[in-house]
Amino acid sequence: MTDFNYDQTRHLKKLIPAEEITAIDNWIKKYPPERKRPPIIAALKVVQDHNGNYLTEEMMQAVAEYLDVPHVAVYEVATFYSMFHLDKVGRHVISVCNNISCSLRGADKVIEHLQNRLNIKVGETTEDGLYTIKTVECMAACGGAPMLEVDKVYHENLTEEKIDQILSDIAAVELTQNSSSKQHENDADSSNEFSGEAQD
Amino acid sequence: MGKVHLEIDGNKLEAEVGSMIIEVADKVGIDIPRFCYHKKLSVAANCRMCMVDVSNIPKAVPACATPVAEGMIIQTKTPKAIDAQKSVMEFLLINHPLDCPVCDQGGECELQDLSVGYGEDISRFTEGKRVVEDKNLGPLIATDMTRCIHCTRCVRFGQEVVGIREMGATGRGEHVEIGTYIEGAIESEVSANIIDLCPVGALTAKPSLFKARAWELRQSASIAAHDCLGSNVYVHHRGREIIRVVPRENESINEVWLSDRDRFSYQALTDSERLLKPRIKQNGEWQDTEWETALNAVVSEMKRIIGASNGEDFGVLVGNNITTEESYLAQKFIRGVGCNNIDFRVRRRDFSGDGRGSVRSGFNFPMEKIDHMDATLLIAADLRHEQPLTSLRVRKSTGFGKVMAINPFDGEYNFRLTQELQPEAKMLAQEFAAVLVAADAINPDVLSAEAKEWLNGIEANDTHQQIAKNLVDNEASCILMGVYVQEHPQAEIINWLAESLASVTQSDWGYMTLGCNAAGNKIAGAVPMQSAAGGKSEPGKNAKQMLTSGLKSYFLINCEPDVESVWSKQALQNLQNAECVIALTPFADGRVPEYADIMLPIAGCYETSGTYINVEGKWQSFAASVSAPGDARPGWKVLRVLANLFELSGFDYESSKQVIDELHEKFEAVGDIRVARKVPPPLMQVSEQEASRECLGLYMVDPMVRRAKALQQTPKASTHPISISRVKTI
Amino acid sequence: MTNEVCFRTLHLDTPWSLEAYESVGGYSMLKRIAAGDLCHDTIIDELKLSALRGRGGAGFPTGLKWSFMPRNMPGQKYVVCNSDEGEPGTFKDRDILRYNPHQLIEGMIIAGYVMNATVGYNYMRGEFYEPFERMEAAIAEAKEKQYLGENILGSDINFELHNHMGAGAYICGEETALIESLEGKKGQPRFKPPFPANYGVFGRPTNVNNTESYASVPAILQHGGQWFLDLGKPNNGGTKIFSVSGHVNNPGNFEVNMGLPFADLLEMAGGVLGGKKLKAVIPGGSSSPILPAEVMMELTMDYDSIGKAGSMLGSGAVMVLDETTCIVQLAAVTAHFYYEESCGQCSPCREGTGWMSRVIHRILKGEGRAEDIDNLDRVAGNIMGRTICALGDAAAMPIQGFLKHYRHEFEYMIEHKRSMVEA
Repeated sequence: MTDFNYDQTRHLKKLIPAEEITAIDNWIKKYPPERKRPPIIAALKVVQDHNGNYLTEEMMQAVAEYLDVPHVAVYEVATFYSMFHLDKVGRHVISVCNNISCSLRGADKVIEHLQNRLNIKVGETTEDGLYTIKTVECMAACGGAPMLEVDKVYHENLTEEKIDQILSDIAAVELTQNSSSKQHENDADSSNEFSGEAQD
Repeated sequence: MGKVHLEIDGNKLEAEVGSMIIEVADKVGIDIPRFCYHKKLSVAANCRMCMVDVSNIPKAVPACATPVAEGMIIQTKTPKAIDAQKSVMEFLLINHPLDCPVCDQGGECELQDLSVGYGEDISRFTEGKRVVEDKNLGPLIATDMTRCIHCTRCVRFGQEVVGIREMGATGRGEHVEIGTYIEGAIESEVSANIIDLCPVGALTAKPSLFKARAWELRQSASIAAHDCLGSNVYVHHRGREIIRVVPRENESINEVWLSDRDRFSYQALTDSERLLKPRIKQNGEWQDTEWETALNAVVSEMKRIIGASNGEDFGVLVGNNITTEESYLAQKFIRGVGCNNIDFRVRRRDFSGDGRGSVRSGFNFPMEKIDHMDATLLIAADLRHEQPLTSLRVRKSTGFGKVMAINPFDGEYNFRLTQELQPEAKMLAQEFAAVLVAADAINPDVLSAEAKEWLNGIEANDTHQQIAKNLVDNEASCILMGVYVQEHPQAEIINWLAESLASVTQSDWGYMTLGCNAAGNKIAGAVPMQSAAGGKSEPGKNAKQMLTSGLKSYFLINCEPDVESVWSKQALQNLQNAECVIALTPFADGRVPEYADIMLPIAGCYETSGTYINVEGKWQSFAASVSAPGDARPGWKVLRVLANLFELSGFDYESSKQVIDELHEKFEAVGDIRVARKVPPPLMQVSEQEASRECLGLYMVDPMVRRAKALQQTPKASTHPISISRVKTI
Repeated sequence: MTNEVCFRTLHLDTPWSLEAYESVGGYSMLKRIAAGDLCHDTIIDELKLSALRGRGGAGFPTGLKWSFMPRNMPGQKYVVCNSDEGEPGTFKDRDILRYNPHQLIEGMIIAGYVMNATVGYNYMRGEFYEPFERMEAAIAEAKEKQYLGENILGSDINFELHNHMGAGAYICGEETALIESLEGKKGQPRFKPPFPANYGVFGRPTNVNNTESYASVPAILQHGGQWFLDLGKPNNGGTKIFSVSGHVNNPGNFEVNMGLPFADLLEMAGGVLGGKKLKAVIPGGSSSPILPAEVMMELTMDYDSIGKAGSMLGSGAVMVLDETTCIVQLAAVTAHFYYEESCGQCSPCREGTGWMSRVIHRILKGEGRAEDIDNLDRVAGNIMGRTICALGDAAAMPIQGFLKHYRHEFEYMIEHKRSMVEA
């Protein structure tokens, strides 16, 4: 459905800040103007990043309306690509490769160590909402197997020590962010409905 | 297009370059199994069932996606082909629940049929089967998505044919799910076609769910009765109970589709309160009675009122979907007893053209030409809700052609408009005239001096000019007027403008009409100004005069003016105040029992034989599919008996066929009379209040549709009509 | 000799910089083209002479592919780079993007010029954050120098290059799925014909090549097609990047001459990890059938040699397996991968990959039955050649390869409910 009688961009503009709208607009510019769908993936990523790593139905609909495409076109994309999460996940999604090269080089030990350290199983999220462990297929870093990706950074040639370091680095970042985000919460922009939710 | 020569299973064939193997095989009746392929949809090539063996290609290839080539030798039954087909069948069945005994599709299932030929007795799949959660798609379509084989026909239908993407395929791999992703009723007015398209029992008709097994049903051909196309249908029934209605292929009318309205309206016959015996109101109480008593009462009331007023105080109003035979007999009968007040046009406001003597309604060109129009101009046409399948044809033309609209409302379209004007309702004729002015500027040798004089002072802007240019420049062009035009207070002017614009731009033109049989009603003579086939008639009162002036007696044939008329409030009052209202109706509910005094039970659609004449002038006759319930009788028989009781001559019909043959003979004698309009009266201003009106909603158009339970539960029943009285707020 | 083509800046300090690239002759071919000194026919001739074959896995001759594009057809045409790199074992394109982005950019501009396409898209897999940043920076640098944009270096050549990101789907490495994904849809392959050269991105003629293929072009033109051909063997011209992973001491990318004996490559990668015995090799990414050590040690690394032995050079991903590797376990990982990554469009692949994965995992759990092995082989065979794209074949071939060479390991596990290698 492409006929809307209201400003189709309004919904998304309420959900994410202006600079992220600009980021989406920059993606839109890469494609021929009569093509509405090419920026779907990029727009969903912007929204997902903003929302703490997962998408809601409302957000997918807002993206569809912003880009002037049918809702189901966005659902199809969001459910097809493995980087989109449709359920709440941790602020830091630890994606561990367990494909051939990584499993030859001990991916199962990486997973085991992470599970022990975080006290959750693969697919679960820690109670504090900080971590999710996810197994993923080959991420094109087999020369550094075993590997994982978290917060958009690849970590290769993993050992237990390296994993511990990664976790403590994240924890350190969380600590500083936490104190500053507390401050943010106090003067949170009320028009941004999700600024609070992402902190839960 | 060139031709190539090829061979399929030893048959030497010739085929168009670019056609796919499966199309060629289908044409000559060579059966290739398939699930995803459908001739009306794009090729998906995803089920992989139609694998065939082509010479010089090592692997079996899909017949649906392999274009024919010169000298190709194709075999559909070699071990290579069969092996491929069987292996695909095995894959399709491993996750299929095989719950045929409890599946509505059982007995008419493409998967079931083909598995008999290509499946194995024993499954070699011992792992757990996939289960898919069902989503509620609303009151029309039942889902059991675990049965889905992901052929995507339903998805492609929405995307390609309807132009509204509601269904999609979400997820990936084994987890692909067909559906709307979030729960919600499908809103399209042609949604239920996906039931027919679904090759398995994933999508079935909710109103008939678990009502019958396919093999218990008998099928009879009929004609749908709710828009001016006259879609061809099959009525499926068990005994006298209609279980469902499905499309009957007719490429020139409904192709393979059916609107939801035509498909599910039958529920009014099976699920609403029917009138089973004649009833007479005595002291305000309804009493069931026998036909003889009731008919005698009708005759004496009619004699009394017609006699006293010389026919002036009696009026006949016929409904939108009564048969041509019924309206022919109604007018013959009523004129025979000395009354000329008969009309079917309860929504018309402009009767100024009544004297001209045109016989035909509607189109001057075959509907299927719409598919190929390079330019189409819509005038006040809400196609999706008036003639949903016509909207699909117009959509087809947008693949290459332009569609423009002058619609006095914010329309819902399933195609993109290249030009759109949204005038206020009162300005419709003015706006349209400006297009004619623009066309006249391009092609000044067509309009008469009088016409040019008429147009004097009207100015065309860029949009008018672009619209005119599109119509002139494109050879295949047409002007389509919606139902609303005939309800506009300036209908005659707008009709004249359309006719003139068509001649200046060399376009086809036509107007849509309400209900399935406006053309039939007119040809039959169920109008006050002329009798059958444009024959002479003493002048009588038209619907507006009858409904607004207050007659002593009304004779209603499957007509509910209190809902249907644009004068509904006055109509209701006048009906209530009348001395005697005689209603021939299939239904015992609604407001008719409030104001009627005698009710005669007549057969509903599919319960009587008859003929509908569609907007193109196609006469389509049908037999009764089932018998009417209780003491209800076909309307034409009731009218014949009434005429017999009045001892009128010429009413000795033994079948409805004799009735239609008589009319047809008269019609053939005069031919298709289309009397060109002279210049209409000057373009006087009308008020917005006069011009605007509420549309008769998608699911409000006739007594039957209004009583169809499932249709009334759809979102469209409450969100439609869209209001035409939209005054621009800019 | 190593690192002469795509990795020719690798020895420099900041190999990804424009400065580094220009120091090895980068953009000199573009300058010649802009000066009218190198025309499209010459370029195609040189590419044909070089015998450069598509580096994404299919090995189709690049020069021939470019000549299929209707360069004189009016309207928009596109060149698209497939940097979706998802074939398990492959990690070469990521390094080209990270360490020599300008060479890819120059290769794509040249392709745009040759095929008369003024817009290019570089489709990178969604997880390539770092390569994306490098590419964005490189494109900005190139624009600054007028290598990209309108009227490149004062000529009448126009070329815009955009980076596009996927979001996690192996199938998008298939060129028509990539096109669908670029159009913002699910990555579901289209059936061919029509081929992208006629009906590609947005329905327009499109050329899709792998990152390594485009990136090879500037070096080939700089030194001549004959030079490149001579680096390799006839019909297998040039160098190739082999991504060596698994049980080796020194895994990594090695850009070496085609036709290098496998034994030499293994030695470059430091030999088998911990000095263990070589059991087998998966020579061209996870979809290529496994080859036992004794076969592999006799082969050279080129399309024809590996092909003759019953496997494929594919993307050049060499996965080395030592004697401790359980083949049933390996088969389970492989089967699971294709089950996860099937797009779900065609029945045989959608249903068959899940079936194979479940059977193998059941065998691993000790619940295998004797008939499972033949059934697996049969199911794999029934997927083969019956799907729109090659993912069906890619899922079936390795399973058939495992069964062909290591059937006894499956039989052992079914009978003893434990792995043969543990025994």
